[in-house]
Amino acid sequence: MDSTDIANLQGYASFFMTVFLVIMLYGYIIYLYRSEKKGERDYEKYGRIALDDEIDSTPVEDKPASQRYKDEEK
Amino acid sequence: MQSNAALEYDYSLAKKFTFLTILFGILGMIVGTLIAAQLAFPELNYLLGEYGTFSRLRPVHTNTVIFGFTVSGIFATWYYLGQRVLKVSMAESKFLMVLGNIQFWLYFIGALAATVSLLLGFTTAKEYAQYEWPFDIVVVLIWVLWGVNMMGLIGIRREKALYISVWYYLACFLGIAMLYLFNNMEIPTYFTSGGLGNPLHSVSMYAGTNDALVQWWYGHNAVAFGFTVPIVGMIYYFLPKESGQAIYSYKLSLLSFWGLMFVYLWAGSHHLLWSTVPDWMQTMGSAFSVVLILPSWGSAINMLLTMKGEWNQLTDNPLIKFMVLASTFYMLSTIEGPIQAIRSVNAIAHFTDWIPGHVHDGVLGWVVFMIMAGIFHMAPRMFKREIYSKKLMEAQFWLQTTAVVLYFTSMWIAGITQGMMWRAVDEYGNLMYSFIDTVTVLHPYYAIRALSGVMYLTGFLMFAYNIYKTMTSGRELTQEPQFRTPMA
Repeated sequence: MDSTDIANLQGYASFFMTVFLVIMLYGYIIYLYRSEKKGERDYEKYGRIALDDEIDSTPVEDKPASQRYKDEEK
Repeated sequence: MQSNAALEYDYSLAKKFTFLTILFGILGMIVGTLIAAQLAFPELNYLLGEYGTFSRLRPVHTNTVIFGFTVSGIFATWYYLGQRVLKVSMAESKFLMVLGNIQFWLYFIGALAATVSLLLGFTTAKEYAQYEWPFDIVVVLIWVLWGVNMMGLIGIRREKALYISVWYYLACFLGIAMLYLFNNMEIPTYFTSGGLGNPLHSVSMYAGTNDALVQWWYGHNAVAFGFTVPIVGMIYYFLPKESGQAIYSYKLSLLSFWGLMFVYLWAGSHHLLWSTVPDWMQTMGSAFSVVLILPSWGSAINMLLTMKGEWNQLTDNPLIKFMVLASTFYMLSTIEGPIQAIRSVNAIAHFTDWIPGHVHDGVLGWVVFMIMAGIFHMAPRMFKREIYSKKLMEAQFWLQTTAVVLYFTSMWIAGITQGMMWRAVDEYGNLMYSFIDTVTVLHPYYAIRALSGVMYLTGFLMFAYNIYKTMTSGRELTQEPQFRTPMA
């Protein structure tokens, strides 16, 4: 295999990887909107994390106490 | 929630890195202004012997503002907002505090030593990667310490969801780690040649076109993961917090994040258009650069829409002004970059002054404005004092905004003039101008740039003074402000 073949191969690999990543990205967009429409997730509530950021503010999503305790034990 | 009545956020590391941000900002900008003046008035090259020449000082400027000012700003803001959005105090882990302090001192000493090495002429001669191998090892150590600290803080968090800013800081950590390691692969010549030459000297592990490709994959993405990603992380926290408005669309912030991650890494080859790299790679660099407008503008528009219905704050609060202008300059430079990456435009723009013009509307208007805004927001919370002077802040804003406009407009005109003159041929195909013709024509624009440097530096000194006075004589606050930063 000479260097031209390698360069061509790299070009094709780059093209197909781009296509693959485009599909992944669009898949992610669809996933975000669909899961919100179905009521499974509410992404917009995470915007509150920056506003309610006192150390004693109630977390938007609490890390389970048992998990945090385990972490603290370590 | 556990009993944390007495628990407070620990800002000691954020404060230390804030001081370094200001120190390196002043140093980097003094050198930047001096070298801008040297281009207009070459006699200024001979002030300090070999240590004062443009060629010695240019890497000192770029490395001090990138690895000194910006990286300190990234660390300072992380050690502030990281705790807050994760709802955990650094004080809760002695291990993380010790690690953070080691990181700070290693960084401070390492950065100064590396700067001195550049002044002494030790350089790998790769743009933005000039530090020789021993300093690269120190950089890697500092970065690993920061990474461990960041992961550690995430590990002991109370808030389960990672706020979008944390994603950006994580991307900054991973991106820079990968880029820095690969581009700085080098062989210390002293040890491989049986003791010949200087022990500090090294040569790149890559050669020729490959070296250029790795270099510009690094160079462009250092802009991505140093000047874009963490700064977007900052604005996603500081603008909503300062304005009291949640991000306009959190979903858009997620999409923009993944879009940016997906696209940015492929755009670096636009630095090598019309060179010996394969054609497909040049085309890919151009195409991805144009696509890059989408995620960049996604974040910027999201920020502007966050102010929806609250635009009155723009006139009341100079801090909002800084951030809105930063976001606007982000939009400007992320449309300008893709335009320059189009092959035909690049044929004129490449190697001309339009390129530093583009870089500086991004860094002066976006990066520095955002880091200063972050520090202005953090200062009353860290020092428990009101900002010393709102008037001074306003004056600084207008002085620096004028400076940025002068910088990029002069460089646009200079760059396009230069590009056109280099290409101009007469009816026989002979070049119409010699290099010195372009220098003569460009002199006024170089002088304007030097003036804009003086103005911007003056603004930065006003900022440093305002922060110093806030620390020492600002009115004491009894309660931490929730949103808007108090200022006298």
